Amino acid sequence: MANIPNELLYTKTHEWVKKINQNEVIVGITDHAQQQLKDIVFVELPSVGKAVKAGVTCAVVESVKAAYDIYAPLSGKVTKANQIIQGKPELVNKDPYGEGWFLHIETSNPNEFNNLLSPAQYRAISESEH
Amino acid sequence: MKKTPLYDTHLKLNATMVSYHDYFMPLQYDTIINEHHSVRKNAGLFDVSHMGIFEIFGNKAFPFIQYIITNDAGKLADKQVQYTPLCNEQGGVLDDILVYKWHKEHFLLVVNCANKEKDLLWLQKQAGTFRPLEIRDLTDTMSLIALQGPLSERILENTFSTKFDYLKRFYFDDFVWDGIQIIISRTGYTGEDGFEIFADAQHVVKLWNLLIDKNKEGGLMPAGLGARDTLRLEACLLLYGNDMDETITPLETTIDWAVKFDKGGFIGKEAMLRQKARGIDRKLAGFEMIDRGIPRHDYPVLKGNEIIGKVTSGSFSPTTNKNIGLCLIKSQYNRVGEELHIQIRDNNYNAQIVKTPFYKRNIT
Repeated sequence: MANIPNELLYTKTHEWVKKINQNEVIVGITDHAQQQLKDIVFVELPSVGKAVKAGVTCAVVESVKAAYDIYAPLSGKVTKANQIIQGKPELVNKDPYGEGWFLHIETSNPNEFNNLLSPAQYRAISESEH
Repeated sequence: MKKTPLYDTHLKLNATMVSYHDYFMPLQYDTIINEHHSVRKNAGLFDVSHMGIFEIFGNKAFPFIQYIITNDAGKLADKQVQYTPLCNEQGGVLDDILVYKWHKEHFLLVVNCANKEKDLLWLQKQAGTFRPLEIRDLTDTMSLIALQGPLSERILENTFSTKFDYLKRFYFDDFVWDGIQIIISRTGYTGEDGFEIFADAQHVVKLWNLLIDKNKEGGLMPAGLGARDTLRLEACLLLYGNDMDETITPLETTIDWAVKFDKGGFIGKEAMLRQKARGIDRKLAGFEMIDRGIPRHDYPVLKGNEIIGKVTSGSFSPTTNKNIGLCLIKSQYNRVGEELHIQIRDNNYNAQIVKTPFYKRNIT
């Protein structure tokens, strides 16, 4: 069973969002996503300062088999990127909600929070994929 | 979609199944990396029943085989196996296959899953003057499993309570196991020692379970197509459809050694002799990434601003812990140490040509 923490928000494309203050969030991929990808061997992140747009590719993860796009859950600007997972991509498998985080985004449109999924909504989506 | 006789067995082993050509096949049971290391260090068991299997009988079976393949079947002893391309008149690779010879009137061909219908039509078309020739398609009635890894011989001996050390690399033999005819050949697609076992589709589940049950404590684990691909790439074994197809001749690849011009006439010979005289413009070469990034099939290869070719296969390599690949590039850049760029998602990353294979086992 995939872990879906209650304090986070989600996207249907399997990213999680943690609000750390009024307009800054941490973004990563869900436990369900890392389980599906299995051994993650590469992560490509945008540089700090880059503008990202909700629903548009902002990063890439690769398993042994293939590359997968990661979509920005919210529009804004990248304020931090997790350099550690570029050297140790396996952290995304081991600790997707902790050390395996991807980005911090300074959000530009607070209305977009309304488009994110609650833990219950995300659970329904991830379970329907099995 | 087709299922191999081992389909339910894969599900019980919690395999992630994928569609591969027209078959449901196991991609992985555990992780690709764990399965890969198991084959390099211990052993892995693969279901490769999707491969096409044709048995050939006839007074002129030997000259027929010699005519359709580029390698020299004249070098084959009885009960020996040979790897060879199968080419069209232009020298384009129709398939790469294994030829098993019982004797000069009886052969077996193992062909790629994706090509079996095409190959069968091709063989029937070429049979012409070599008739009477019987070509039997055994694909649906005969299953194939591959036991690969340094412990393979010990595992076979432990399972069948008989010695297999007499079976040398690229030889096979007929066996009777529990009243069932099976064929065991010392072949594989991983770069390790190993065996491939042909068994009747009705009995292959029993054979698979016996091998797993008797040897899982001894280091054997099931392995899927994911590990098969990373293993074969490290060993620089080509994948039809990725590294070669009908638009490329064997001379442009790393299997040019399997074209034997001195053996007599064969399909594609004239075209390849002309190509050889003209010069080989493109060549398949191995490279490793210097920068971070994983090369994948079809990514462009550049030298400066010029596109000089494309990646045909690429992956993270679990054994070397590098990102590696094969590329088809202009021949002048095929030099070990040559630096070039791989274009990954619109950015260019440094890579260099290296010696192949990327991995070679220690032969003791």
